[in-house]
Formats: sequence, structure tokens, C-alpha cells
Amino acid sequence: MTDNARVDYQTEPAAYRHWRLSFEGPVATLTADFDENAGLRPGYKLKLNSYDLGVDIELHDAVNRIRFEHPEVRTVVLTSAKDKIFCSGANIYMLGVSSHAWKVNFCKFTNETRNGLEDSSAHSGLKFLAAVNGACAGGGYELALACDEILLVDDRGSAVSLPEVPLLGVLPGTGGLTRLTDKRHVRHDLADIFCTTSEGVRGQKAKDWRLVDEIARPAQFAARVKERALELAQSSDRPADAPGVALKPINRRIEADALHYTHVSVTIDRAQRAATFTVRAPQGVQPGAIADILAAGADWYPLALARELDDAILSMRTNELDIGLWLMKTSGDAGAVLAMDQTLLAHREHWLVRETIGLLRRTLSRIDVSSRSLFALIEPGSCFAGTFLELALACDRTYQLALPDEPGRAPTIVLGEANDGLYPMATGQSRLQRRFYDEAEAMAAARALIGTPLDADAAFKAGLVTSNPDDIDWADETRLAMEERAAMSPDALTGLEANLRFNGPENMSTRVFGRLTAWQNWIFQRPNAVGEKGALKIYGKGVKAAFDWNRV
Amino acid sequence: MSSINYSDKIPNNVNLSEDRALQRALEQWQPNYLAWWNDMGPEGSQDFDVYLRTAVSVDPQGWAQFGHVKMPDYRWGIFLNPAEHDRKIHFGDHKGEAAWQDVPGEHRANLRRIIVTQGDTEPASVEQQRHLGLTCPSQYDLRNLFQVNVEEGRHLWAMVYLLHKYFGRDGREEGEALLERRSGQQDNPRILQAFNEPTPDWLSFFMFTYFTDRDGKFQLCALAESSFDPLARTTKFMLTEEAHHMFVGESGISRVIQRTCAAMNQLRTDDPRTLREAGVIDLPTIQRYLNFHFSVTIDLFGADESSNAATFYSSGLKGRYEEGKRNDDHTLHGQTYRVLGVKEGKLVEREVPMLNALNEVLRDDYIRDSIGGVERWNRVIEKAGIAFRLRAPHKAFHRNIGSLAGIRVSPEGQVVSQAEWNANVDNWLPSTGDRAFVASLMGRVVEPGRFANWIAPPALGINRQAADFEYIRFN
Repeated sequence: MTDNARVDYQTEPAAYRHWRLSFEGPVATLTADFDENAGLRPGYKLKLNSYDLGVDIELHDAVNRIRFEHPEVRTVVLTSAKDKIFCSGANIYMLGVSSHAWKVNFCKFTNETRNGLEDSSAHSGLKFLAAVNGACAGGGYELALACDEILLVDDRGSAVSLPEVPLLGVLPGTGGLTRLTDKRHVRHDLADIFCTTSEGVRGQKAKDWRLVDEIARPAQFAARVKERALELAQSSDRPADAPGVALKPINRRIEADALHYTHVSVTIDRAQRAATFTVRAPQGVQPGAIADILAAGADWYPLALARELDDAILSMRTNELDIGLWLMKTSGDAGAVLAMDQTLLAHREHWLVRETIGLLRRTLSRIDVSSRSLFALIEPGSCFAGTFLELALACDRTYQLALPDEPGRAPTIVLGEANDGLYPMATGQSRLQRRFYDEAEAMAAARALIGTPLDADAAFKAGLVTSNPDDIDWADETRLAMEERAAMSPDALTGLEANLRFNGPENMSTRVFGRLTAWQNWIFQRPNAVGEKGALKIYGKGVKAAFDWNRV
Repeated sequence: MSSINYSDKIPNNVNLSEDRALQRALEQWQPNYLAWWNDMGPEGSQDFDVYLRTAVSVDPQGWAQFGHVKMPDYRWGIFLNPAEHDRKIHFGDHKGEAAWQDVPGEHRANLRRIIVTQGDTEPASVEQQRHLGLTCPSQYDLRNLFQVNVEEGRHLWAMVYLLHKYFGRDGREEGEALLERRSGQQDNPRILQAFNEPTPDWLSFFMFTYFTDRDGKFQLCALAESSFDPLARTTKFMLTEEAHHMFVGESGISRVIQRTCAAMNQLRTDDPRTLREAGVIDLPTIQRYLNFHFSVTIDLFGADESSNAATFYSSGLKGRYEEGKRNDDHTLHGQTYRVLGVKEGKLVEREVPMLNALNEVLRDDYIRDSIGGVERWNRVIEKAGIAFRLRAPHKAFHRNIGSLAGIRVSPEGQVVSQAEWNANVDNWLPSTGDRAFVASLMGRVVEPGRFANWIAPPALGINRQAADFEYIRFN
């Protein structure tokens, strides 16, 4: 597969090739009708509703449109337009011809999208119902598992299955195993049978084993889906009659070595294999009242910022594999950032503000799981305050310039209320709690500093930055750190960073990512999967996989 | 149930009396099978004495014992062709190894799926045909229908035997499920869609037994090559019975044509309307029925490019038609086959790996074989001196699976627009009017030796019986 054509994460419903989005009152229906001839890369056909990254980019877009453009929607039904097929999961031929990096990036994004469904269910009252109206295999079942409920048609044929192990010699890569146990509490021995039985489980047994919540005969299926969708809708607090906010195309200019957005820029230094993300604070008068926020719509600063940053991260992750170091910078007025935070906190119960906070939360979470070294550079003119300080707190290291001779110009950081739980990581902890292992004393000390601008020495003393070089040392110290970093094994760094970033409590989301990283990515590399005669490589060719039988 | 001596009741060559697995199977499954037959077997026929052929052994004398019997008392037997000493696997990646006498765990799921899918078609066709007895054109034909039905029932036994004996509890569950699904029931359908379509009239029945049972023949032929020896031996014996079903179809259509040609000559017309008024089925209508059944049946072979087909062959589960007679390496790696697709509005061939194209290979073998019967029908028309030829439609016509699915193609093989299709569909496929007309001819004729007006008598009776032989005693 040629990985070199740029992947664009921006799309809109009129351009969809794979999903149909329809609305009826509080229920949105996302219908899978994947166009087999519209794969993102050549070399495979998306038969039987099997998906590739392009399909998931549309799904990600569609869910965001439901979140923002259709606040009246309380339940999203995922179903299929294909006869007797719900979804067959990730396209195997696509995986077979993809580079390892492509597969990992693809799995990461699909995981984020699925976790995003659960995130919206937990935080925004958007419920998801998988209306499984046909065969539901592998990633198809994992998509269903990410929904609040699974309703399976009982037509004596349609089964749910995770055939990765017996058919492909790999694991379900999108949280399937973790959700079977952690979310659905399927007994481990039954899960063992389920995951080694390629044809899966159907009907009453699927319900008895907790693989699905409910089964319905074909004649009753549509009515039951509707009924259940409306019941789920009752548990939601999304507004019934609020107008949505149209997600107009983001303002973006792509150059060979740069991405430019209204509030975000990314510049690439290819020699250093580093990219600098610069996030700019809001400028001028910002709306404070809901009516004004609604009037600003997609131009409302926090929403525009979240969409731009999201696109920049996704774009850099997919299209710039060898840019291994991301430098986080900010510019502008810290007061404007803190004022934005006040607005977000004051109206956090309003649906649009809640969704915007959610999008920021998920976007910041993307940074946590990005396999790039993250350094924050806190320099004069920056505004690492509140929400913006999260960008630094997310980093592996932070460097804050000390200017002992020019205190007026010295950059400061400001802890805000937003740093104390508004944007929890996948672990459920704030990045501040992660930093201080949620130790009471350290947390109290940090909270006491909320609102106080901290120069490099103060921030260093408070444990909020890694290093506080003065202007004499700054250039050398940051340069050496970057060059040293750039020389180390990218694989080892990815592993190291993930280990250290996710140091706190484990939960289902962290396990989904952790296990993907540890197990699936190991299996994906092994000859038993991707060697000349590996199961994944030869799938569908009528050639038997040849395994190395030694257990590792 | 244990007081019944199943060994006596069920003709078999599988050492039934010593096989505890099979005994258990029969004790549990047979009552349910009989209940299914009484529910879903030929309507209103349970008390009839029917002149049926019963297989009591696999030698040539043994499988054609004739006598009157009530169908629920039919001795559904279990027969495998005799074991071939030291049989070797002769295709796929296990070529040269000893054939399997048990199911290898590695292939359990696929073998079970193959057997269940095949097995499901057997009761399905009985269900599809269960009302036809009410409109039979003669005792002879009614008897043939019942013969087909009981033999489909026996084929179900054959598949259930394999499921019970070799697949443990899963197999027993699948055996029960085969009796629980119902053809055409929306909530509980048979596995393959063609077996959920009604068989509404006798012209459809004859077409079905000629075309669709021939699909069965080709599937059975491919399974008769299987490395799983019990499956190979079972399906080989089933083939002898399947031949009779195709005879019913081919001779049935032949007799319909013969009657129509006679009427055409008598009335000196080829005007469909006049012929319909005379109570016979005009040849263009027969052509449209042919087009329908041919196209629906060739869909049953599956997608033209299939990873399952490749896996089934390479792992030795399912061979090609007449695998043993082919001169190639019988592993097929690196070989290619041409399949049809559509590019820029034209039908074009493309090369695909042979292993992935094995559904298409079997479909093409089937097409060659089925065209033979069409030519024999044409000889009937020719003999009557009528200038009309029936034709099998193009392979791409009216397809719903694989790369040709949904492409609009005429019976001659021209890609057409949706508008052209709409304008011509009633010339190409049976219209509602055609079906209503054929249905209007269906009346019940059961006096010995009498035949409905739309069909000619057969040249020879079953087991050489006289024309007025009482095949059915209605009691």
C-alpha cells in the first residue's frame, strides 16, 4: 500500500461514500452501506460492509455532526443497509497490504472513535444502540460493543463473532476483548469459546452469554429498534428543541511543511524531525452569554480551536510518521484564555458548551495516546493558562524560560479551575492528578496556586514544569534535549512515553489502548501474522498459514 | 422409543445397531423429524399409499425397491457408498495424505457449515413443494413429486447423520435447527434465499427440479471429492437419487413442450394468446420461466471471487466437479481463471486467482451441463417441425451475487439501462400475468391414466408400469 497520499480527516455528509445519516425526532440513524469501490487506498474492495480508515473518518465526522448540529438527537442507532450483513469489521485485505504503522494508526483512530461513543454516552447524554440486522463480525461487533446496547436480529442466521484469532491469527484490535469482559461481563470461559469460534454465536445463546442485550425476530426487529431507541432517549438530557450549530468547513491551509488554521499552526522542521504546534489565544471580545455563543456557532473560539487542533493532531499522526517530536507552544493573552475557561465553566450544563468541552477533552486525550515525544516550550508571549496549560501538562517534558533580569518579560503559567478536572484523561484523572499521583498534599498545594501566575522558578518549585533554564542556558538546553531525543529508538520512546503517561489508575479505556499497544501490536509484527505464510498475510488466498509453534 | 428396533426400521449400511452415537441421534431426532414431516411434508398426503422407490442397500438392486407405502412410514435409510480401501486425499494442500475418517478440529467449523448449508436445502424444497399435490397434472406426476419429497427427506437424514456422528453437541443442535427453520418464513427462514421462494405451480416445479436440483448435484459432486471420507461417501450415494429428480424436471418440461408443440401444429399457430386459450403453455412463457430459474440457480454457486471457496479447496473440504478426472496439479496455486465483470458499461473478463474463482469454475461446469437439457428440449420442438429454440440466458443476466449483482443485462448478454430493463423485463422474466395464466391451468387430475391438458403423458411408466397404473391409492 502506498501510504504517501495525504489523508484528510475533514469530510461532510454530502461527500460520504459509506454512511447514511438520517434523523427522526430524538433518534438519528447511521446506516452502514459501505461502497466497496471507495476504499481510501487502492488494492482492496470494501466488501460485505468491511471498513478502512476512510469509513471511520466518515463515522467520526457523522458523530460530531450529531453532537453539534443535532442537539435534539438523544439516541443514535447504528445499523446496516446491506442484506444480512451488519458489518464485517476491518477489511482484511487492507490490513494485509498495509504497513505496520498504518495498521497501528488506523486502530488507534478507530479506538478513539469508539471510545468517543462511550464518552458521549457518559458525559453528554447521547445514547448509542447497535441495531445488528445481519452478520456482525470482528470490528463490526467491536463497534456494536462500543454502543450502550446491542439488539441482534434473531433470524437463525445472523451471529455476532470475533473471528480474529481462528481466522487471522491476530486479536480483535478495537477493544473487543476488553469490552467483552470489562463492559459486558461475559464469563471468561465462554469468552474463550466465543473468541475461538469463527462462526460466532447467534440468537438466544448470544443473549444468554451476554454478548448482546436483546434479540428480536425479523418481523419485530424494526419496531423493537425504534421502541428501544425512544426508551434510551428518555434517559438523555439533550435539549428537545434547540437549534444546532452547523459545522462549516474549518479554515485550513496546507503547505509542504506547515498546517495553518485560524487558531493553530503547525510547522515542520524535517531536518530535526520535529513539528511545532502553536496555539493562539482568543483575541478581542468573546461572547459570554449563551445567545451570543450560539450566534457565533462554529466560529465560537473554543469550538473552532477544538476542531482545528483535532484535525492538526490527526493529520500529523497519519501523514508525518517520521516527525517524532512535537513541540507545544502557545501565544497570546493568558487572561483571554482564563476568561474563556470562565465562560466554559459558567455554562458547562448548556448542551453546546458541554459538547465543546467534550470535544476539547477528546482532543486532549488524542495527545495522550499519540506516539510522539511531546515537549512544551514556555517562552515569552506564551499563554499556558487553564485550558492551554493542559497542552503543557500533557507533555512528556516542559521547559519554562527564566528571565531573572527581565521579570516583566518572563513567561508565566497559570493553573486554572479547568486544570482541576474539566478535561480528565482516559484514566479518569486530571493531568494534574496524574502529575502528582493524586497525592493529597501535592494536590492541595497545586490548588492553592490556582489563579497565580508562576514564573519559571515558581513553576519549577511547584513541580509544574520539568526545567527552568535561564536565558543563558535556554538555547543549548532545549536544543540538546531535542537532539538527544531525536537520536533514540522511536519504538522504545513510544513504549516509554506510553508507560509513563498512563501511570495512574487503569480502567476500560486505558486497557483498550494498553492492550492494543502491548499485545495486538506485538502480534501484528510477528511472522505468525505477517510473515510470508502468516495468517493475516495469506487470508483468503486458500493458502494455509504456517505457524512457528513455539510459545513466546 | 428404545423399544423400537431402529436397525430393522431404518435401512442402513453404517452398522447402526452397534453405533451408540447414531442410536442416540435417532432416538432424539427421529420423532421430531416425523413431526416435521407431518407438519410440513406434502399437504394432505399422510394416508396415501404411494408407489415409491426405497433404497435398502447401496448396490444396484438394493437402492430401487418399489412398493406402495404411506409416506410417514417410508423407510428413510442411511447409506454411505462403500469405503474405498486406503483412500488418499487427491487435491489441495493435504494431497497425498490419508483421507480423514474423523473431522479434524481445525476444519470443524467450515465442515459443519458446509453440511448444514447443504442439509438445509433438503427440507426446504419439501416445504416449498408441499402444496403442489393439490394441483397435480396426473397420478404419475404426483407420485414423482412424492418420490422427490421423500428422497429430499432421506438426504436430510444423510446430513443429520453426519452432524450427529461427527460434530457432537453442536451437531445435534444443528440437526434440530434443520427441522425448525421454515422455507419462506420471514422470522425463521431457510439459509439460502432461493429456498425461501415459493414453488407455486408445476411448471416452476419442473424447472426447479431440472435447474435447482442440478445445482444440488454439482454441490454434491464437489463434496463427493471431500477429504472427509464420510461426507464423500454419503454424497456419492445421494447423487444416484438426485439423478431421478433431474429426470423428473427434464422429462416434465419435455412433456410440456411436447404438448404445446402438438397444439401449435393442430391449431397451426404460434400466437401465444390462441395457444393459451387452448389451455397450453406457449413457448415464450416457457422461455421466461427458464430464464428465471436458470439465473436464480446460478446465483446459488456464490460470489465469483471468494476467499471461502479458496479455503474450502485448499484445506481439502470441497473439490471441483470431477476433480479426479482433471489433469492438473490439483493444488491450483499460482493459476488464474477468467471471471466476468462490468467496466464502463461493458461486460469484460478479468483474471483472478484460480483458488478464489472456484465458485465460478463450478458455476461454469454447471452451465455447460444444464445447457445439455435445453438442447434436448429443442430436439422435441425440432421434431415437431417448429422453428423456435429455447436458450439458456447469458451468465450475467438477472444476477444477484458477486460482481454481476444488480447489473442490468439482457438474456443475450447486452448491458442495458434501467429504462431498457424496465421496458423489457416482462419479455425476459415471467410476468405477473404469465404466473397467473400458468396458475389458472393448475387443476387436480388424479384418475389413473389421465393427464392435464397442458402436459403430454410420459413415454414410459415408473418401473415400466402401464399408463393407467394406480401409483397412488388415496384411501
